Amino acid sequence: MTAPPTGAPQGLLDVSGTSRVPFTRHVVVEMRKMFDTRAGKWLMVTIVAITALVVALLLIFAPDEGNNFEAFLGATATPQGFLLPVLGVLLVTSEWGQRAALTTFTLEPHRERVIAAKVVAAVLFGLAAIVVAILVAALATVIASVDDMWGAYGFGDLGNFALLQTMGIVQGLAFGMLFLNSAAAIVTYFVLPIAFNIVTSIIEQVRDVQPWIDLGTAQTPLFDGQGLTGEEWAQVATTTLIWIVLPFAIGAWRMLRAEVK
Amino acid sequence: MIEVHHVTKRYGGFTAVDDVSFTARQGRVTGFLGPNGAGKSTTMRIMVGLTPATSGNVTIGGHRYSDIPNPARHVGVLLDASAQHAGRTGREILALGAATMGLPEKRVDEMLELVSLTPKEAKRRVRHYSLGMRQRLGIAHALLGEPRVLILDEPANGLDPAGIHWMRGMLRTFAQQGGTVLLSSHLLHEVEMIADDMLLIGNGRIVAQGTKEELLRTTGTLVRAVEAEALRDALADAGFPVKADAAHLHVEAEPVQVGEVAARHQLTLVELRPADGAGLEALFLELTAETQREGVVA
Ligand SMILES: Nc1ncnc2c1ncn2[C@@H]1O[C@H](COP(=O)(O)OP(=O)(O)OP(=O)(O)O)[C@@H](O)[C@H]1O
Ligand SMILES: [Mg+2]
Repeated sequence: MTAPPTGAPQGLLDVSGTSRVPFTRHVVVEMRKMFDTRAGKWLMVTIVAITALVVALLLIFAPDEGNNFEAFLGATATPQGFLLPVLGVLLVTSEWGQRAALTTFTLEPHRERVIAAKVVAAVLFGLAAIVVAILVAALATVIASVDDMWGAYGFGDLGNFALLQTMGIVQGLAFGMLFLNSAAAIVTYFVLPIAFNIVTSIIEQVRDVQPWIDLGTAQTPLFDGQGLTGEEWAQVATTTLIWIVLPFAIGAWRMLRAEVK
Repeated sequence: MIEVHHVTKRYGGFTAVDDVSFTARQGRVTGFLGPNGAGKSTTMRIMVGLTPATSGNVTIGGHRYSDIPNPARHVGVLLDASAQHAGRTGREILALGAATMGLPEKRVDEMLELVSLTPKEAKRRVRHYSLGMRQRLGIAHALLGEPRVLILDEPANGLDPAGIHWMRGMLRTFAQQGGTVLLSSHLLHEVEMIADDMLLIGNGRIVAQGTKEELLRTTGTLVRAVEAEALRDALADAGFPVKADAAHLHVEAEPVQVGEVAARHQLTLVELRPADGAGLEALFLELTAETQREGVVA
């Protein structure tokens, strides 16, 4: 007679010794996925290179008494503001378009954990970009050495700046989730504000409520370092709700329910 | 062990999987056979939760797939070898899997070696992989987490004869060591060679299931004679049901009985053999013919 098999009874899987995939591991893997394809890698390189480039250009071609830290850091905001959302979009669409999501969701059937890991990865990329911007701007500031080179720039301003850039990348992520297609998400992201401007220039009534519904208008005070009033914060909140939270919610719903094939 | 309970999947008004129930047993290789569009891939996607079932459920080793922690450590899945980011290298794809599962990097090298992808090939982007190389990579990915259950959709697709031979041996050993294997195919021959148990699906419904022996059991005799008409009449007179196709007579009798009838009537046989698996083959052909797109070739 053969001995009965040890361990789990016939046909049953003993899963008691396995723990689920830790969330931090998902975050690390999601970040790694941005480095191991050409598109992702070049986008990263481009963000760093352009950040350094605009600061260098400012330093060389516009030697000005006003070129303090705030001016240098401010110069990085626009190019990064363009590129970070694209990074956010790619975080979702690069694997969806290539159907690699099939593997991702087989390894982790709890899709909400993957989505959450992508959000954290996006925020970390955003913060990393800001750190690069700060380092480059600080270096340029030291080189320029104008009087009062650090100005009145404080942590509050830095916080607003970080918030702005992070919102951009998360919005890109949300649009990526909403469209699940790089081209559609990126084009919509850039065309919508333009379309909105056209609408407001034609329809007068919209202009009054513009700061409450137009993300760009509401975010402007975050740039200029004047500090925000309560009303301005409220406007940041409503526009964020419309342009970031809502697309994110619909996109997440779509990703959670989609048949992956 | 994989247990599928009354799984149905409807797309609008179209039923892709229709009340499918079966068990893939531990220690055995189960072949999931059906013509194109029969519902094999859909059933397999439902097993791992990539496609929601309209009704019914699946358990793997007693658990729903989504309830298995770090599921790739228990269930190896290959659904579509091309569903990978074409811009990643083969090695990187395995490394991402290993990282998610919490496995050391050396497991990647072991798997590459197992499926005979050279280090040089592993550094190439998957875009430049041949169909068979992609398939090998997919098999490596499925085996990465040392699973006890394998769910493989058309794993032999694109493999060369040596690759198919290797895979057959590998799956056999896997099952002998107590693993469970479910693999799909649209080629009867392929499944016949690897599987212990077989399921036949057509138009979303299971039309036959059992062990290979049961399904391939001798069903009568195939015979060919110079005097085909005379043999046919003689057999019918002897009380054996006879059917004729283009080349053979198919007789519901043992070969020895057919031989005796022929001898008695002094007929010249040119072929006499048991009709192994002819029943299953006929059923499969019938299923295939129903969904055949080219129309019947005369
Ligand atoms: N999203 C969908 N909408 C409508 N019909 C679908 C959808 N997905 C699959 N089908 C249909 O379901 C049926 C089963 O498809 P499935 O891919 O499971 O077949 P299969 O047995 O794997 O075939 P093959 O051998 O060709 O791989 C097909 O007729 C297919 O067209
Ligand atoms: Mg299929």
